[in-house]
Amino acid sequence: MSALGRVVRSGVARRRVPTLVIVLATMMAVTASVLGGALLVASDAPFDKAFARQHGSHLTAQFDADRTTATQLSATADTAGVDTSSGPFPTASVTPRINDATVAPLSVVGRTSPDGSVDRIAVTEGRWANGPGEIVLSADSGLIAPLGLEFRFPALPGSPTLKVVGVARSVSRTADGWVTPSQLAALTPDGKPTGYQMLYRFAQADSAAQVERGRAAVVAAVPDGAMAGAQSWLAIKKVSVRDTSLFVPFLVAFGVLGLVMSVLIVGNVVAGTVGTGLRRIGVLKAVGFTPGQVVRAYMSQALLPAAVGTVLGVVAGHLLAVPVLSETAEAYGTAGLGVDWWVDVAVVAGTLGVVALAACVSAWRAGRLRTVDALAVGRTPAPGRGRRAARLAGRLPLPRPVSLGLARPFARPGRTASVVAAVVFGAAAVTFATGLAASLSEVVTARDHNAADVTIGVSGPQAGPGGPGPGRQSTTADPAAVTAAIEDQPGTGRHYSTADAQATVSGVTGSTNVVAFTGDASWGGYSMVSGRWIEKAGEAVVPTPFLTATDSDVGDRVTLHVDGRPVTVRIVGEVLDTRNGGMQVFTDAATLRTAAPDLAASSRYIDVASGTSVQDYVRSLNAALEPLGAVSTSEKSQSDSDTVVILNSLTALLTLMLVAVAGLGVLNGVVLDTHERIRDLGVSKALGMTPRQTIAMVVTSVVLSGLAGGLLGVPIGVALHDAVLPAMGRSAGLNLPDSVIAVYQAPELALLAAGGVVIAVLGSLLPAGWAARTRTATALRAE
Amino acid sequence: MTTPVIELSDVSRRYDAGPPALQDASLTVRAGESVAILGPSGSGKSTMLNLIAGLDRPDSGTVTVDGVRVDKLGEAGSARYRRAKIGMVFQFFNLLDDLTVLDNVILPAQLAGMKRREAQRRAEQLLESLGIARHAGAFPGRLSGGQRQRVAVARALMNRPPLLLADEPTGALDSASGEDVAELLRELNAEGQTVVVVTHDLALAQSCTKRTVQLVDGRITADVVAEAAR
Ligand SMILES: Nc1ncnc2c1ncn2[C@@H]1O[C@H](COP(=O)(O)OP(=O)(O)O)[C@@H](O)[C@H]1O
Ligand SMILES: [Mg+2]
Repeated sequence: MSALGRVVRSGVARRRVPTLVIVLATMMAVTASVLGGALLVASDAPFDKAFARQHGSHLTAQFDADRTTATQLSATADTAGVDTSSGPFPTASVTPRINDATVAPLSVVGRTSPDGSVDRIAVTEGRWANGPGEIVLSADSGLIAPLGLEFRFPALPGSPTLKVVGVARSVSRTADGWVTPSQLAALTPDGKPTGYQMLYRFAQADSAAQVERGRAAVVAAVPDGAMAGAQSWLAIKKVSVRDTSLFVPFLVAFGVLGLVMSVLIVGNVVAGTVGTGLRRIGVLKAVGFTPGQVVRAYMSQALLPAAVGTVLGVVAGHLLAVPVLSETAEAYGTAGLGVDWWVDVAVVAGTLGVVALAACVSAWRAGRLRTVDALAVGRTPAPGRGRRAARLAGRLPLPRPVSLGLARPFARPGRTASVVAAVVFGAAAVTFATGLAASLSEVVTARDHNAADVTIGVSGPQAGPGGPGPGRQSTTADPAAVTAAIEDQPGTGRHYSTADAQATVSGVTGSTNVVAFTGDASWGGYSMVSGRWIEKAGEAVVPTPFLTATDSDVGDRVTLHVDGRPVTVRIVGEVLDTRNGGMQVFTDAATLRTAAPDLAASSRYIDVASGTSVQDYVRSLNAALEPLGAVSTSEKSQSDSDTVVILNSLTALLTLMLVAVAGLGVLNGVVLDTHERIRDLGVSKALGMTPRQTIAMVVTSVVLSGLAGGLLGVPIGVALHDAVLPAMGRSAGLNLPDSVIAVYQAPELALLAAGGVVIAVLGSLLPAGWAARTRTATALRAE
Repeated sequence: MTTPVIELSDVSRRYDAGPPALQDASLTVRAGESVAILGPSGSGKSTMLNLIAGLDRPDSGTVTVDGVRVDKLGEAGSARYRRAKIGMVFQFFNLLDDLTVLDNVILPAQLAGMKRREAQRRAEQLLESLGIARHAGAFPGRLSGGQRQRVAVARALMNRPPLLLADEPTGALDSASGEDVAELLRELNAEGQTVVVVTHDLALAQSCTKRTVQLVDGRITADVVAEAAR
């Protein structure tokens, strides 16, 4: 082995703790980066990949069958800019009954085959509909129907039925269900399709403007008013990516934090190693090592353990990514998502590059040191610093080991700064993460609107306003009787009811859910982003995505079509709500009185008067409701969205890792410090310092640094949170209300700052134990 | 005859795979005695002293000091034992550089839980009697070797230990300062302090103690009481 190799090997073996710290720090940094990177990639790519694979439709156009013909539509395939097209396919909007319950209208398309030049639909379950009486349901339809389930249409001529024979996924979301073209005709009252669908792929469709140009060309090629609506693939992509796009800013923030941490820690460790190894460097140079060789030796001493940590980190990152990515794949309806190889390469190269740089800089400084100076420096740590602090601390009415510990940070300002920095990052990470979790729970609360003590006819988050589906618990009870029962019930405080209606809005594809309130619902847990809650008929409050989709603002008027009848409302407020993709309108029941006179309250929300026991109230109310066939409950609906669960566990995981890395930074600092003071520790023990007193001294030596780090780190974490949250909302197409962003309270912040001390103390416990256990005789023998 | 302060019986200590640093050593030191442990470098003198101070444990044999079975003490127990029974002086002073002379001296008392004010009174007396009172507020780095060793002695005496141990106390001093420290140890012994001094310097051994124990390769080869003391 060469002289250099020997020096490196003994350097790695002798400085075991710094070596181990480098291994662990790089491992955690790499794990976090691989996980974050993989999710970043997975959050964006699946849609594009699946869209390309399915030859997705750039523009899905809906035509009115009364204003154009199939032949005319076939001709649009030759329109300028259209690359390929599919269709025309006959369409109809149907309202099936499932197990005697009516579900929301489905848009059904008649197609003989899932294949074609555009929109190659993937059958994920069962098979395609080949004959009459069969339907293939879209996995995105919102209906969770098992194969074999029967859809009945008693109102249509001949009362047709359809059996679900398959589930399929169209990335372009071209329909809620598919049947054969001949079956489709049988699903309309007059036996003719009500519309046609054309699917276009344009030569250029990367921007909204390009898609719009294509749409305009198609519009020009058909009779006036023939195109009833059109959906751009860009809009679909936005919706599809919305769920995971919530991740992106979080992960970027954590990824950056993790990277900065690993730079800091590794830089720290290397600088520290070189700092306490100055004498060794002096000796190396005295025996003839060139500065270049010294730099190489110390770089290798850092790079060897860093490489080991990187390999371990890549393995750990991949292991953790498996469950997280499979959840993501589920959400996208794609499979086989793995960590892209280039994520690994980028993370590995980045990490090792950072380590090499940090090692290089400090080793270069060491290599330049004059040999005489290096030899001199190594012998005794420069005394003199922090004596005033020591003297002051000595006057404090504290046990001597504690006051000795408190004065310690002032003796080595450089090392103290690195310990403080480690704690700053740890505290910032914890602050950021707790804020994130709090914000997320505020979002979930705002979304669940479950402020009421007692509810009737609300069976779960999916069945609340905006979540129609076959699982919906419909109340057959007479609404007026239920209202009377509630009002007669002693202990009833405030209460309101909701009724759901489906509406369409001109220029917007898909249905919009209208929630009509009877009674004042302003206390119901609706978080306003701007404007105010509805106060009278004709006013409406809507979520951000609705404003975006209709290109309107608070103060504007929009026209809804409910059961074909127009209803114009004035938007008076913007509310946070993510159901139905945010396509909701909250308004007073009186607004819909003419358009939907039969609309009946389906859900009721009651706040009991103060001083009333909720349990007793529910029991006696249920006694009154029983003859009416209704039941009340005090159980709150809880959202268990996958996204929230994934996000919370990811946050917890990444925070833990960052705290561990921060603790490692402290540990390393304390190890270097105790190493340097091994003789002083030996002396103190010879004078009668017990192990417990030794531990107290070492631990208190980081308390002030921990406190400083906490005090600095908490505001940084808050600032990070306040910057990331709105960005996160924007990328998901939502404006977030103050209640979601301003989540920090003063006592919490004080606790978090104290958390800095906890990180510091945890990081120092291990080396404190080592210090207490070192043999005094051995310590005294050390120079 | 006075009671034994130190009783070593058949004590052996060996580091790792090397030859025994101390082998079957038996030694009794009585209160008021002053003993020099004399031997060449590497003969096991410091090892013996460390065993007496409870800084290390024998592989076999027993160490009893002032009625305490030192070889049976745990880490915390031996720390408390040293506070109460032992004062130690080292070759290289081993003062804490970032504490003043006064703070160095009162440290053992503070570790034992004594209030600063009380400890300070005793430390000032000690420094006064050792002739270094005017350096109380200075840092050890400012003092000469002889002065530093006096500070170390003051610190060793702080808790009024029944036993004072000194490991090569003059080894790092010029001959004048060395003679000065030897004189100090003699005076302390004259006042009744039991003193054990480790040295490889026969002259020092003879000048400041009445009994000399000779160590060679970890074995006690001679135990001589000076004529004058008989
Ligand atoms: N902590 C230790 N580890 C290994 N060997 C030791 C240790 N302390 C002392 N020795 C060895 O034990 C022998 C006696 O050492 P020591 O008691 O220090 O001698 P002295 O003080 O007489 O010079 C020597 O050979 C020394 O190298
Ligand atoms: Mg020795």
